[in-house]
Amino acid sequence: MDNTRHWPLYEVFVRARGGLDHKHVGSLHAADERMAIEHARDLYTRRQEGVSIWVVPSKAITASDPGETESLFEPARDKIYRHPTFYEIPDEVKTL
Amino acid sequence: MYTQELDVRSADSTPATDPEVLTQRFLARIDAEQKIEPKEWMPARYRSMLIRQISQHAHSEIVGMLPEGNWITRAPTLRRKAILIAKVQDEAGHGAYLYSAAETLGVSRDELIDQLLSGKAKYSSIFNYPTTTWADVGAIGWLVDGAAIMNQIPLCRCSYGPYARAMVRVCREESFHQRQGYDLMLHLARGTPEQKAMAQDALNRWWWPALMMFGPPDANSTHSGESQRWKIKRISNDELRQKFVDFTVPQAKFLGLALPDPLLRWNEAEQRHEFGPIDWDEFEQVLKGNGPCNAERLAARRDAHAAGAWVREAASAHAEKQRLRAARCAA
Repeated sequence: MDNTRHWPLYEVFVRARGGLDHKHVGSLHAADERMAIEHARDLYTRRQEGVSIWVVPSKAITASDPGETESLFEPARDKIYRHPTFYEIPDEVKTL
Repeated sequence: MYTQELDVRSADSTPATDPEVLTQRFLARIDAEQKIEPKEWMPARYRSMLIRQISQHAHSEIVGMLPEGNWITRAPTLRRKAILIAKVQDEAGHGAYLYSAAETLGVSRDELIDQLLSGKAKYSSIFNYPTTTWADVGAIGWLVDGAAIMNQIPLCRCSYGPYARAMVRVCREESFHQRQGYDLMLHLARGTPEQKAMAQDALNRWWWPALMMFGPPDANSTHSGESQRWKIKRISNDELRQKFVDFTVPQAKFLGLALPDPLLRWNEAEQRHEFGPIDWDEFEQVLKGNGPCNAERLAARRDAHAAGAWVREAASAHAEKQRLRAARCAA
């Protein structure tokens, strides 16, 4: 029997250079975490795109619902006072 | 202040179930150049059209490894061999990115691979032509990958997010493919008379199939209307083909090679090259499975899949053993 049909899906995150965040780059199938790392190396870092890889089983990720985008993010829209540019500071005042 | 959100909802945010309303919202998002993401509502036709296109694209990358893989063991130098291995490995990677993008639409990679192996799915007809000489490796990189780039660049802006993102990665890597092909042709064209003749022969054989890669003329293209409305396809087959010809003519001239088209000429008034008629009967025949290598390509894929079964099984068994061992240690 070809049991590769049950190989789970992993999401791959790559750190491009030391000091940067890991960033989502795509997904792949693998038999286990170790193979997922090895495949991620071959698939997403063939041209020195990274110095570190995370793999996470896709089913372990909980995502926000696109249908709830507005209720989740809309409330922040009218709170412009949260941004520094909201405040007008006289030119005479320095280093602020 | 947070409770405002509960009672003041804009008309747009009410969850709709009416397909008419959902379609209108979907089209408004397309018009606003917003990307559609996997779990959002989309018309069933949009989904099925994307699955068809992305999976055909993925199959093409995978089958596309075969004509060039044919020359890996016979590359003339170690340098050329390393380049060719890297290119063929990239094609496998492109196939994997694309299968992943297709999977976000709710189809599994296994189903898609079954469709390829059973002969049900299509892939680009170009890969049903044989690679009879080393120069074909150069002609494929230059022309076939060149045409692929021309097709793929507008796809980087297509409306479906995962497909667009996969295309960005593919295009970045594809540029190496085209340049190594041109570099190979340049070396042959500047080589001995025999080498130059070999390059010319490869160009003669790959030119017309490369033009066919852009698909049927706009007048006969069955899927184009909807695809353009939904911003999957942004530029028509004929426009892309024209652009490809205009780009390629001076490149061929620099090589000192002749494009095999007696009707090819510059149209000053329209600022474009005119070119001769494409043999669409040949295209149809290859598409139907009657090309020179259709049977061979499919047989090679089936053999590779069957021959690799033990590796996949061993990897699964190993993973299971490790999992049980870890569970025992934890207990």
